[in-house]
Amino acid sequence: MTREIVVTGVGAVTPLGVGARTLYERWRAGESGIRDGVGAATEYEATEHLSVKEARRADRFTQLAMVASDEALAEAGWSDELPYDPNRVATLIGTGIGGIGTLEANHRQLLEKGPKAVSPLAIPLLMGNAASAAVSMRHGLRGQSFATLSACAAGAHAIGTAARMIQTGDADAVVTGGSEAALTPLATAAFAALDALSDLGISRPFDAQRDGFVMGEGAAVLVLEDGERARARGATILARLAGYGASSDAYHLTAPEKDGGGAVEAMSAALRDAGFGPQDVVYVNAHGTSTPLNDRAETIAIKKVLGAGVPVSSLKSAIGHLLGAAGAVEAVATILAMRDRIAPPTLNYEQPDEGLDLDYVPNEARTLESNGKPAVALSNAFGFGGHNAVLCLEVA
Amino acid sequence: MAATITPDAVEKTVFDALPQFGVDESAITREATFEELDVDSLDLAELSQIIEDEYGVQLKGDDVGKIKTVGDAVDLVVSRAG
Repeated sequence: MTREIVVTGVGAVTPLGVGARTLYERWRAGESGIRDGVGAATEYEATEHLSVKEARRADRFTQLAMVASDEALAEAGWSDELPYDPNRVATLIGTGIGGIGTLEANHRQLLEKGPKAVSPLAIPLLMGNAASAAVSMRHGLRGQSFATLSACAAGAHAIGTAARMIQTGDADAVVTGGSEAALTPLATAAFAALDALSDLGISRPFDAQRDGFVMGEGAAVLVLEDGERARARGATILARLAGYGASSDAYHLTAPEKDGGGAVEAMSAALRDAGFGPQDVVYVNAHGTSTPLNDRAETIAIKKVLGAGVPVSSLKSAIGHLLGAAGAVEAVATILAMRDRIAPPTLNYEQPDEGLDLDYVPNEARTLESNGKPAVALSNAFGFGGHNAVLCLEVA
Repeated sequence: MAATITPDAVEKTVFDALPQFGVDESAITREATFEELDVDSLDLAELSQIIEDEYGVQLKGDDVGKIKTVGDAVDLVVSRAG
């Protein structure tokens, strides 16, 4: 990357609670946000954050992004006044599915009561760009705004693309992240039909007993700024987005390449972009879904790019799979963990699987050796469709 | 079967509907403008749907452009009766 990209604010709403620090601290302590096989954001109450009008104008996935954006902008010091020309601040929030809860509710109305019972709010709430639109309006951000839509890589794609907007000079700052609220009957049944979900309702990435992912919901938002401008205004720098790499498997609609092909390329590209070598990476926040195929292919990919020594853990063990929000939520957690030089744990890890022999930081957080150097981490996100997006984060 | 259209009935329907959209109940009067109440085109589309469901009266785009106050909306619906 040429122009330096820095993170000056983060926010999150997840199954571990409201707030980015809450997410990180609870994960670090080994707490789980999964109850009865589902990672619901149960501590989020719309009325605590949004007016009646704001809440009814927003699907749950949009609401979660709005609340995460408030936290991120407050941390960046943007709450009272934008530090940039609003036309130079973009908004880019990814999602895997968008407002599927709204879609299902209105489809039910259509079937039960007819077309005239479908709400005029249905389309503006269910569209996948609704979260970006709402965040842009909420904070008066008048630069370009749209959504990335790449299944479970959408949040990471949004963040990487946001960085490029700043590097090309199209924006001075971007409010970016990912959001998902798909704990609905249709989405749940559909993932179950794919045999992607854990029958036992346990998220145990990399464990021999893993049998699928646990669905979760939530959002995370980051404020990215041009490093030079951020420093000039005296902003606190949480991390540098040192590199970004993305690729496609061009292989299968749902399965990853067995040899980790596309993931290898994305991870390598992120490192090249950052100008780092494998030896610089102190931690990998894995995509780690707890599905048999992903965790095996990802293990192979990590070994190919970084070797077998680097600590690797999966936040999905604590909150489930947040689909299009996952890449953003995991990037936020990674930043906060690197600030403390901590590798948070992969929970529920009991039995090693043959060939899955990385250091998965089982069940307990671990302090990383820093040797006074910046902490460099990769955060992986891979999506159905063969989309791979990897962020390289550096914390001073 | 659509409900009988009387000024009182329609007024009650409108007054009951607006708070669902987040409008402050105490600010709702016949004279209040939708602008003052922060009721926009999407709210009016929802209100139109409620009215059509209850009274079988359709309010279309042109109609919505003409009404400025809560009373205008009530009167327009009543004028469409029969």
